[in-house]
Amino acid sequence: MPELLQFCVSGLTVGAVYALVALGFTIIYNASDVVNFAQGEFVMIGGMATVFLTAAGIALPLAALLAIVAAMAIGLALHRFAIEPARGASAVTLIIITIGASIFLRGLAQVVFDKQFHSLPAFSGDEPVRFGGAAILPQSFWVLAGAGVIVLALWAFFNRTLLGKAVLATAANRLAARLVGINTSFVVGFSFVVSAGIGAVAGILVTPITLTSYDIGTLLALKGFAAAMLGGMGNPLGAIVGGLAVGLLEALGAGYISSTYKDAIAFIVILGVLFVLPGGLFGKASVERV
Amino acid sequence: MSRLLSHRLAVPAGVALLVVALSFVLPSSFYLRVAALVWISALAVIGLNLLMGFAGQVSLGHAGFFGLGAYAVAVLPAQFGLHPLLAVVAGAAICGGIAFLVGRPILKLKGHYLAVATLGFGILIAMAISNEAWLTGGPDGMPVSRLTLFGWRARGADTWYWITGGLLVVGAWIAVNLVASPTGRALRALHDSEVAARVAGIDVARYKVKVFVISAVYASVAGSALALVNGFITPETADFMHSIELVTMVVLGGMGSVLGSIVGAAILIVLPQVLTAFHEYEHLLLGLMMMVIMIVLRSGIVPSLAALFSRRRS
Repeated sequence: MPELLQFCVSGLTVGAVYALVALGFTIIYNASDVVNFAQGEFVMIGGMATVFLTAAGIALPLAALLAIVAAMAIGLALHRFAIEPARGASAVTLIIITIGASIFLRGLAQVVFDKQFHSLPAFSGDEPVRFGGAAILPQSFWVLAGAGVIVLALWAFFNRTLLGKAVLATAANRLAARLVGINTSFVVGFSFVVSAGIGAVAGILVTPITLTSYDIGTLLALKGFAAAMLGGMGNPLGAIVGGLAVGLLEALGAGYISSTYKDAIAFIVILGVLFVLPGGLFGKASVERV
Repeated sequence: MSRLLSHRLAVPAGVALLVVALSFVLPSSFYLRVAALVWISALAVIGLNLLMGFAGQVSLGHAGFFGLGAYAVAVLPAQFGLHPLLAVVAGAAICGGIAFLVGRPILKLKGHYLAVATLGFGILIAMAISNEAWLTGGPDGMPVSRLTLFGWRARGADTWYWITGGLLVVGAWIAVNLVASPTGRALRALHDSEVAARVAGIDVARYKVKVFVISAVYASVAGSALALVNGFITPETADFMHSIELVTMVVLGGMGSVLGSIVGAAILIVLPQVLTAFHEYEHLLLGLMMMVIMIVLRSGIVPSLAALFSRRRS
């Protein structure tokens, strides 16, 4: 029983990061129909920039803030210089562009930072909290609470602010949004900035647990994409549930079945779900009109 | 020009001409080796292009089939004493069989759901290869025994240049004929509208599985060829990044274009060789070029240039 609890906590911690990556996918996808495979690089930039800024003597909170701002600036640049000029291109072309962007950012990180693994000190010590026989790292609480705060803030943003509603309107129908006076190009750019910021926060929170390096983005993007699809692409709630589910499945699979096949377990379940529910867990069954 | 480019004999003849002409130009065995790698990738890309460009179905896990083909010629001769040529055939049969089995449920999915399903499928194959070390040597890879035929040993860059070049010509010839056949017309019909294709009496599911099997066999044969050329094989041939590389080659060169497949493969194989001179900036430049080419020539290099050419003429 303590074992199960232990697996659940570590699974949910990693799952929260997947959920944030999936949420980033969802926000950009909803606003612009682009699947941004550079999403994992934002997580990397958040972690790596914080590591190097703190090493340069800047206090952790300020370093984290600067890292988030840097990631947001890169998100904006990605939209301005790579996505916007390719407007109207096919979905596969756009995917290749974002993959190109992710390779570019990885190469940039290699040059600006280095190729080593890096860690951050845990925010509130390394003394594990004993709970029901399981040892829980305090950093896990930071990750889970951080993810929770982001989700609540996003919910409030989409439902309580004018800009949030403009994003929702753009997601629902871009032409109609433009007709009622919404600057859809600004909204799409904004969605890139928000997604980048969310990714960077996830990277900063999880670096004390999982370490970071210039090339962690690829696997995170894969898991985040899979989580978003598991939940149903374009559904924010689905992204969160999908992310947590992938994290849990991995941890339980690694603990009880086989640690070498931990990534495979998540993908087998995703394949199984897609075969039964082709639109994901929360996906709407869409009807193609002829 | 465009009519000439799509003529049934023109494309394979042109490819054959290219292979012969290049053999006179390339100065050393290093270049012949790089060219052989281009022919191998181009073969896999032509197969994937049949699936993506003509039938409109994306696969982010195609390196899985490529890796299975590669490991077939490594494992089957080493473990079961099978002749390498038979191992190539066996690998192609295994890949075709797997594609046939998973094709129907996977290809029911559309768009991004199909992308994530094929991605997951590819990752499962890659993981099995790198984890089953007793059979595949694990992450370190395994050696591949030389191809011998009636006492003759295939060795040397020039030998493999001609063998892989020949394979590419045959692959291009089959692809062009397939596209021009009733199957090709059915595939293009379902690319434009599945519903309309179904109304016209096309068994959409059957044709999708058919082209999936064909593209898997192309990838498998290409993988086998790579294993034989290199004499050594690692799980990287089957991993996700290689799948992405294959898809990028298809899109870069041009969807639905056999010549584009060769151009796309050539760029992504040759570019890293050139960029090693700037080794620190290699990824940076590679990513930048991918973005720029896709933004400027968004329907791919060969179709974009062909459109430019025909516009200038008229």
